Amino acid sequence: MNGIRARVSALIVLGLLMTLIAGCGSSGGSKSAPSPVVERGVGSAGSSEAESDGQSYGVDDEREVDVYSLDDPNSPLAVRVIYFDYDSSDIRADFSDTVAAHARYLEANPGLSVTLEGHADERGSREYNLALGERRALAVRKRLVLLGAAAGQIRTVSYGEERPVAEGHDDSSYGQNRRVELVY
Amino acid sequence: MFLIHKASQFAMRCHFIAALILGYSTLGYAESSDLTITIDQGMASALPIAVVPFASVGGRGLPHDVSAIVRSNLARSGQFAPMPVADLPSRPQSFSAINFKDWRLTGMEYLLIGKIVPAAEGGYVVEFRLVDVFKSEQLVGYRIPTTLQNLRLTAHHISDLIYEALLNEKGAFSTRIAYVTVDRLGNGKKRYRLQVADADGYDPHTVRESSQPLLSPAWSPDGKKIAYVSFEDKNSAIFVQEIRTGKREKVVYGPGINSAPAFSPDGRRLALTASREGNPEIYLYSFATKNLSRLTNNDAIDTEAVWDPSGNAVIFTSDRGGGPQLYRQSLDGAPARRLTFNMGNYNARPRISPDGEKIALVNGGDSGYRIGVLHLTSGNFEILTSARLDESPSFAPNGSMIIYTSMGSQGTELAAVSTDGRLKQRLAVQNGEVREPAWGPFLN
Repeated sequence: MNGIRARVSALIVLGLLMTLIAGCGSSGGSKSAPSPVVERGVGSAGSSEAESDGQSYGVDDEREVDVYSLDDPNSPLAVRVIYFDYDSSDIRADFSDTVAAHARYLEANPGLSVTLEGHADERGSREYNLALGERRALAVRKRLVLLGAAAGQIRTVSYGEERPVAEGHDDSSYGQNRRVELVY
Repeated sequence: MFLIHKASQFAMRCHFIAALILGYSTLGYAESSDLTITIDQGMASALPIAVVPFASVGGRGLPHDVSAIVRSNLARSGQFAPMPVADLPSRPQSFSAINFKDWRLTGMEYLLIGKIVPAAEGGYVVEFRLVDVFKSEQLVGYRIPTTLQNLRLTAHHISDLIYEALLNEKGAFSTRIAYVTVDRLGNGKKRYRLQVADADGYDPHTVRESSQPLLSPAWSPDGKKIAYVSFEDKNSAIFVQEIRTGKREKVVYGPGINSAPAFSPDGRRLALTASREGNPEIYLYSFATKNLSRLTNNDAIDTEAVWDPSGNAVIFTSDRGGGPQLYRQSLDGAPARRLTFNMGNYNARPRISPDGEKIALVNGGDSGYRIGVLHLTSGNFEILTSARLDESPSFAPNGSMIIYTSMGSQGTELAAVSTDGRLKQRLAVQNGEVREPAWGPFLN
C-alpha cells in the first residue's frame, strides 16, 4: 500500500514537473522538444500555451501529441505495461507506439529515469523465466535507446515468474504476467 | 498425524497399496509435522518385508515410533512392500522367538525385529535384526545408541542399513531436503521461507525468511551450506549461508540478474547466471579469490548451469537454437555441445544424476510441463510424470528418486518419482505452496 501511495505522489511531482517544463517552453530544435505541450491532467493547456512564447498557430495533431503528461489517462504514456508472447522477448507491433512515446518522453526529460521490470508467466523453469524477464526488459530498453532515450536513464530488473499480477493457471493469466512494467 | 492414502487415478498394479492403507491408518500416532504421503503409483516388484513394531523395554512411551518410521521409509522408497501391521501373524522381539514356518506362509521374504532399551548412561539403545525368512538366518543386526531427540534420525539410519543390505545401494533416508515455501498473508503480501527438512519432510527448519522472493536453493557438496537467490535488495543477488550457524554472505550481486547458483563438486566455486555484461551468461565464481569469470558468450539466454560430477564441465539451458534446450560446456573453452534433440521445443532446468549418467529436466509442450530423464550414454529420453505443471527436479544422492514440484490446489507441492518412473508419490509437507526442492548430499 505504501509503495502505491509513494508512486502516486511521485506521479504528481512528475506532473508538476511537466507543467514547469511546459511553462518554460523550449526553443530547442529537437523533434520531440516539449513545445507545444498539450497538458490534459495538471494545469490547463491554455495557460501552458499562454506562458510559452505564443506558438498558437496551427499545429497538426501528430506534432501536438508528441509529448504527454505521465498522469494523463488518455496519453500513450498511461500505458506502462508491455505484454509479450510466450517464450518471446520481441516487442509486439501493438506496443510499438507505446514504447516510442516513452522513448520520446525520456528524451525530452533527460533528468528522468525509468525502471523496466521484466516478468514471465509461471510455466517452465523458474531460472529460465528469470532470464526471460531480463531479456524482455533489455528488449524494451534497447528500443527506448534506439528511439532517443539515454541508456543512463534506464534501469532494468527481472523478477521472472516471482511477481505475477494474475494468479490463475490459465492462458489469460499467463498473458497478463508476460510483461515489462515501466516504473517512473 | 501421519497418513498414507491412495489416489485412485493411477491405480495400476498397486495391490499392495491397499494393504498399506489399512496398515498405516491403524497407527495414528502423533507427529510434530503435518505430512501426508500419497502414493499414486506403486511398484509391482517391491520386496515383501514385515516390520514388527519394536518393543519399548521399560514401558515408557517414546516420542517417535521407530519401527513405523522405518516401515514408512521403506514403503516410500518404492523398493519395499511392507506388510500391514494388522496382518502380522506374531510380534517376535528376538531371533529365537521367530516361528519361521508361520512367516513363510505369509510370503514375507524379510523380517525386521527390534527393541528399544534404556541405556545406563541416559539415552537409549535401539537394537534390531534383519532376518531372511526363507533361509531362517539373520542378515544384519545392530545396536545403535541414541537419545530421545535423535530417535527419528536413528530410524532413518536403520532404514539406510536395511536398504543397503537388501539392495546393495546406499539409502538416502538420513539425508535432508531444502525447499522454498510461500505463504500468502493477505493484502497482497507474501512470506517466503527457505527451509531444510529431513528427506521425509519432517522437522522443517527455516533457514531464511523474507517478504521478497527467495529462489534456487543449492547445497554445498558437504551439506553444510546452501546458496540461494534473494530479492531482498530489490534485485536478485546470490547468498551463501551456513545452515548450522545461519551466518551468510552476499557473494554475487550488482546490476542485472545474479542467479542460479550451483556449487562445484569440490565446493570451491559456484557456477551462476549473471547479466552484468548485457545478457544472461554462465559465470564461475571462486570463493578463494572472489573472482567472477564468464564461461559462455552468446546473444541468447544461458542459465541454470549444473556441474558434471567430474567438475570439468557444466550443463545448462540456452535458447541459442531458438527455444530452450540443454547444452554441455567444458571448462577448457571448447564450444558448447547441444544435448537435447528430438525432445520437443522446451527442455530446461537440468539436474545431473550422482553418477553423471542421467539428466533430469523439465520438458514442455502443448500438453504441459513434465519431468523427464535423458540417459546420456544411450540418448534415450523418458518422460516420468504426467501432470500439467511439473517443475524443479532434484535427484536423491543415491540417484534412486527424483523429487520435484507439481501444481496442486494451493500452489506447487512436492512430489517424487523413482528414476525409472515406476513409483510416483506426493509429499504434502505442510499447508501452502512449496517450491524448488533440492535434495541434499550424503552427510558422511
